[in-house]
Amino acid sequence: MDKIVKMTALVAPMDRANVDTDAIIPKQFLKSIKRTGFGPNLFDEWRYEDVGQPDSDNSNRPLRKDFVLNQSRYQGAKVLLARENFGCGSSREHAPWALKDYGFDVVIAPSFADIFFNNCFKNGIMPLVLDEAIVDGLFQAVFAQEGYVLTVDLESQKIIKPSGEEIPFEIDAFRRHCLLNGLDDIGLTLGHQSDIKAYEAKRRQEAPWLFSDA
Amino acid sequence: MSAKTLYDKLWDAHLVREEEDGTALIYIDRQLLHEVTSPQAFEGLRMAGRKPWRIDTNLATPDHNVPTTDLTGGIASIKDPVSRIQVETLGMNAREFGITEFAMGDIRQGIVHVVGPEEGATLPGMTVVCGDSHTATHGAVGALAHGIGTSEVEHVLATQCLIQKKMKNMLICVEGQLQKGVTPKDVVLAIIGKIGTAGGNGHAIEFGGQVFRDMSIEGRLTVCNMAIEAGARVGLVAVDEKTIEYVQGRPYSPKGDDWDRAVTAWMDLKSDADAHFDKVVELDGSVIEPQVSWGTSPEMVLDVNGVVPDPAKESDAVKADGIQRALDYMGLKPNTAIKDIPAEYVFIGSCTNSRIEDFRAAAQVLKGRKIANSVELALAVPGSGLVKQQAEAEGLDKIFIEAGFEWRNPGCSMCLAMNADKLPAGKHCASTSNRNFEGRQGAGGRTHLVSPEMAAAAAVAGHFVDVRDYLQGGE
Ligand code: SF4
Repeated sequence: MDKIVKMTALVAPMDRANVDTDAIIPKQFLKSIKRTGFGPNLFDEWRYEDVGQPDSDNSNRPLRKDFVLNQSRYQGAKVLLARENFGCGSSREHAPWALKDYGFDVVIAPSFADIFFNNCFKNGIMPLVLDEAIVDGLFQAVFAQEGYVLTVDLESQKIIKPSGEEIPFEIDAFRRHCLLNGLDDIGLTLGHQSDIKAYEAKRRQEAPWLFSDA
Repeated sequence: MSAKTLYDKLWDAHLVREEEDGTALIYIDRQLLHEVTSPQAFEGLRMAGRKPWRIDTNLATPDHNVPTTDLTGGIASIKDPVSRIQVETLGMNAREFGITEFAMGDIRQGIVHVVGPEEGATLPGMTVVCGDSHTATHGAVGALAHGIGTSEVEHVLATQCLIQKKMKNMLICVEGQLQKGVTPKDVVLAIIGKIGTAGGNGHAIEFGGQVFRDMSIEGRLTVCNMAIEAGARVGLVAVDEKTIEYVQGRPYSPKGDDWDRAVTAWMDLKSDADAHFDKVVELDGSVIEPQVSWGTSPEMVLDVNGVVPDPAKESDAVKADGIQRALDYMGLKPNTAIKDIPAEYVFIGSCTNSRIEDFRAAAQVLKGRKIANSVELALAVPGSGLVKQQAEAEGLDKIFIEAGFEWRNPGCSMCLAMNADKLPAGKHCASTSNRNFEGRQGAGGRTHLVSPEMAAAAAVAGHFVDVRDYLQGGE
């Protein structure tokens, strides 16, 4: 997984509460065979005029011009600014897959749904919880100024505004460690390779029939 | 050394490391892969530039999306393009990573949980995983088998390990002797009816007692298959002579010296006499009757001679509400006799009941009989190509066809209706599968879970009946 240390990026505002995972990625896309490629269908129902299917050619579909991610000023955003209880509903891992594939590395909100919150970390997305009033202030700033960027510094646990003003944030130490080092569960387990190999060596003696390549 | 349960022994033998908070890495001996939950796992490996830790532990076969009708076109016979791509992708991934696949057209292809034991690919003492909740099935041969999610499939591919916390131990003890016409399916449905669908939450269930000692391995596979419907991710039966006999000579089973060593090790795969269980449930096997589920959860199950519950007689408002909702969905009135419920569709198949003994048992009921005119479709879907071949060698296919069944090709089929086999809305189905959730067999479809014998008898009568009235003496 990519390391997330410090980044400065354009911010896109998703100004509604209780955005659920069905809205993030509708259910017809779950038959897909991929973990990537969900980006064009992120927020599909809000983003397009028609109903998307897994085999639709998204480049030809009519866009809802008023939807935030369709506005030219937010193209290239990597930080999503959201309202409370973001990511509620079904546990589908396809939701963080879609956000990541679209290009978001950071989601800032006053609160997140539990499962979605955990799924973000598994997929290299930083979900940051900030005070409601601070999030509100950020929304106003984003609306007021085209090209509004934020710097997110995981090392020092700070968000830095264009003015230089800093907003500290909390993050679980273990999660922070994983993100800083680009570690996912697999990466962590592979950190114990020597234990796995030692187990295999012992097991090969006890139960050789389990090793058909013996 | 203190006394251990079978689960304790299997756990200890696979423990790679354990953190202070109990989070452990356990080693996985076998991963079974199917087309629905594996594509993103392979994609993840590719994106991270990782290789499978041990290729030889993986075995793949498509089952969920496979059509059960004409297969002569191979993968091209799958009409739904999205389904077809899932099946094709499994094949491409297997080839790319060098994993053995029993593809469509291979006689060994079938439902993963039928194929694993049949091939000897799941053995006593192994840890087995699959991205499928019915992986508990494999515990019937004394293997520790877990259903896992897609991220975990990738994790096992990449590391050969699973991150787990140890579960609690639960013993379900069924003593006595089953009545004639009462099957392993009835036993497990009766257990779920007693302990509920959350009864086994957080536990590994061991099935013990005379009933399971007397039961064939295929019967034990049926029982362990539905451990998940009792809330447990793991179901287990101790290894005995029957297990050894079942495993011997299968393609993936050990041979020669390895076989002798393995058998010695496997004979210890039972709970110690004074082992501690956190929870014990006891049932008297001799009083279990043939079971029929009436509602939309496997715990909504009754004896065949029972009547559907009446919410007005339920004092707990939440329960009464649940009963009412289930009755509404199932289109049933309170106090309806089970035997008055029609069976417009019949499905004999799924990883619960699609092995050779299941078809033999159903054929015994169907022999010389015809399905009722009111039955719109009766499907017999073997669990694997080899089961189908064996059944045909015994002439069972003819009995089914003459009775009016369609004799199909192997796959999950109408168990979850991901292929073209769907139960229409409003129709009642006597089904040997494991889940009667709303829409499970098709949107609006009404599932009644039964044994293969009971499904066959319902097909003949056109409504649910007591199979014991259809079994002639002898046996
Ligand atoms: S037969 Fe049904 S329960 Fe079994 S693996 Fe297939 S879909 Fe799942």
